[in-house]
Amino acid sequence: MVASSPMRQHVETGKDSGDGDFKNELLALIPFLRAFARSLTGNQEGADDLAQETLVKAWQSRATFIPGTNLKAWLFTILRNQFYSDRRRAWRQAPWDQDAAERIPGGGEDQVFSAQLSDTARALRVLSDEQREALILVGAGGFSYEDAAAICKCAVGTVKSRVARARKALMEILDGDDTLEGVARPAEGDAAREIMAQLDRLAPNESGEPGGKRRPK
Amino acid sequence: MQWDNAVSNEEKPNEKSRAIRARQRAIGRELRRMYDDVAQEPIPDDFLDLLRKIDDAEDVRAGKKVS
Repeated sequence: MVASSPMRQHVETGKDSGDGDFKNELLALIPFLRAFARSLTGNQEGADDLAQETLVKAWQSRATFIPGTNLKAWLFTILRNQFYSDRRRAWRQAPWDQDAAERIPGGGEDQVFSAQLSDTARALRVLSDEQREALILVGAGGFSYEDAAAICKCAVGTVKSRVARARKALMEILDGDDTLEGVARPAEGDAAREIMAQLDRLAPNESGEPGGKRRPK
Repeated sequence: MQWDNAVSNEEKPNEKSRAIRARQRAIGRELRRMYDDVAQEPIPDDFLDLLRKIDDAEDVRAGKKVS
């Protein structure tokens, strides 16, 4: 691990200053890409792979970025697109068990599926994708509803209602009912079953309605 | 986790909604903390390596195109 502040780091490039500037702006935004990726995937290894794919994509597409516009929102859009396209591909190509096997944390820091997950982190996994991403962008990432709508490719009003429903659902999950039992802390070394439980929960969301996870008391 | 005890149905509606708002704020803080915890981690070395390699890859590709 690097001890110095991420913002102070600088990548030397032999390229012209325009590319160098762009690269340093990418560098400064890596921490936020990692945070957003972590909230989408729910695990560190997958999140960092996703953030790195995003960096490469962003670099390859740098000519299409309009200087002076919101680079962070642009990067988050790329990351989000990448996340959903990776996942669609994984679901098409891999049977459930193989997909889950690939995601089993290798140990150490990666054991976020295990007992280290806070109640809030686990409750977040129960939300629909639409609600989770909207809540993270607005509630944690500090994006305006307008920027979040652009990132999620939906109307501003849709983001607002998703955030509101996500907040309500989170509170119900955390305080009210037994929804978290299916995402309960797994026994030691039982990551696979935990992941399968999560995948089972996520699967209906593909065709189901966004608010379908809410279970009233 | 104790809000079920604190917010009972007998309480006045405005007290209950105030309690709900307080709880929402607490959950919001927790969400930001989770996000900020990751954002404040030092950037892993492989990210820095990747940014350096991006240039090399470009050079290789450009070189192939030219030659």
